[in-house]
Amino acid sequence: MTGTVLVVGASIGGVRTAQALRSEGFDGRIVLVGAEPHAPYDKPPLSKQFLSGAWELEKVLLLTAEQAAADGIELRLGSPATRLDVAGSRLLLADGEALDYDKLVVATGASARPSPWRPESGVHVVRTLDDSRHLADALRQDGPVVVVGGGFIGAEVAATARGLGHDVTVVDPMPTPIGRVVGPEIGSIFAELHHRHDVATRFGLGVEGVEGVAGNLRVRLTDGSTLNAATVVVGIGAVPNDGWLADSGLAVENGVLCDEYSRAVDAPDVFAVGDVARWFHPGYREHVRVEHWTNAVEQAVIAAHNIAHPDDLRPHSPVEYVWSDQYDWKAQIVGRPVLGVRHEIIGTLEGERPRGAVLYQDDADRLCGAVTVNWPRALVQCRRLVTGHAGYDEALDRIRALVSAGPAMAAVPATSADG
Amino acid sequence: MPVLKADFGACQGYANCVDAAPDVYDIDDDGVVVLLRTEISEEERPRIEEAARSCPVNALTIEDA
Ligand SMILES: Cc1cc2nc3c(=O)[nH]c(=O)nc-3n(C[C@H](O)[C@H](O)[C@H](O)COP(=O)(O)OP(=O)(O)OC[C@H]3O[C@@H](n4cnc5c(N)ncnc54)[C@H](O)[C@@H]3O)c2cc1C
Ligand code: SF4
Repeated sequence: MTGTVLVVGASIGGVRTAQALRSEGFDGRIVLVGAEPHAPYDKPPLSKQFLSGAWELEKVLLLTAEQAAADGIELRLGSPATRLDVAGSRLLLADGEALDYDKLVVATGASARPSPWRPESGVHVVRTLDDSRHLADALRQDGPVVVVGGGFIGAEVAATARGLGHDVTVVDPMPTPIGRVVGPEIGSIFAELHHRHDVATRFGLGVEGVEGVAGNLRVRLTDGSTLNAATVVVGIGAVPNDGWLADSGLAVENGVLCDEYSRAVDAPDVFAVGDVARWFHPGYREHVRVEHWTNAVEQAVIAAHNIAHPDDLRPHSPVEYVWSDQYDWKAQIVGRPVLGVRHEIIGTLEGERPRGAVLYQDDADRLCGAVTVNWPRALVQCRRLVTGHAGYDEALDRIRALVSAGPAMAAVPATSADG
Repeated sequence: MPVLKADFGACQGYANCVDAAPDVYDIDDDGVVVLLRTEISEEERPRIEEAARSCPVNALTIEDA
């Protein structure tokens, strides 16, 4: 295919779409449009290595000007897209420029859900590079930190702030916040992880208000108690950046509604990838929106393929996969543990640097999801087993075999469990 | 012929590469990537390039030898 592809949104979904278009043999024009003035950068380190100061900016960049030039990707950074005219195949930018396209990919991702509590200063969210820099500046000052939201990002920020020497308290209205994803029992093991690292938790309690200024804040909880904080971080989820599409004619319902090929419904020249896409998942037979890095990359490759090869459309039917680095845990979650009716732990999740896997069985006696801790090899196996709809007992046997197998290469050959 | 390289120190065991191209990438017991072979053909390059770009820490590269 030739012509012009506009990719709107210059983070992992957008950058990987542009690169994959070239790998897939597309030799037309590619323009990558990004709202922020920075070179395209990646998000996961913003709550981890970049926030702690362990990584420099250079390590979070996704695409330098030289790499873009080498791949023939035109960068149009610093001005957000404000309007899409699907009927006229035209995109408008905030600075007034209009760009015509043959295909357009929406990769505008999501924004942090804003804090409902807005004292004069001292309350942070973590989504963008600037957010992470501002928070890192705040964490250079002494004083206690309160993290509101005990999900992945909240837990990672708590771990990072603790690592920098702060007293940290995590507050969440759920009794076991990560329990939403992994079930209450395993969720409580995640909660213990905070305690083992001397981070306090106030779970099952909401926040009534935050008052004061940076360095001297008071967080009022629903049980009437108050926490003092120098810095408050609010990690209460994300909302898709689809507002700019309101009058585009696209179907937008908490994300851009797409078919299984990641094409926007009733607008075959428009695709969506990553956090902003709500697409029909043929495996689950429902529309889903997934806020995970790996999904953005995989969907980018599929959308690029489908643009470059319209006669060979591929559906996007992934098994969810997300990792989260908290304290000394490298947690990896695959599939849908919440569908589990029963689970079993292989190895151990207790003690220092544990190594274990939790396998979840669904109501059809299959492996529907798994959580692994510090055990990437078990994760690889579980990912294949979930993808192949493996029976639960078979899955248990395979993972148990890894415990005794020892060194590399003793596992099931890479190809045998794929189908 | 394109040659696969891995930065074993940078690898974090996220295992996306293994999922994307199990014929060239595997993972060892310590959670570090293993190259099952280092030479690939030009024909396979696009697919393996996409697998390499699925690494969240940029530990994988393909060079021209
Ligand atoms: C702090 C943090 C830590 C995370 N850690 C993990 C992790 O450990 N593991 C994991 O799997 N996932 C993690 N995630 C989630 C993962 O980073 C996201 O799923 C991923 O970034 C989604 O990519 P995306 O390109 O779809 O959207 P985004 O990353 O949100 O990027 C969208 C881009 O579009 C731009 N944009 C928005 N509106 C417009 C507009 N109108 N015009 C032009 N450009 C626009 C934005 O500026 C942004 O650069 C984390 C996320 C955050 C914020
Ligand atoms: S994707 Fe990257 S970090 Fe993950 S196993 Fe492969 S090389 Fe290592």
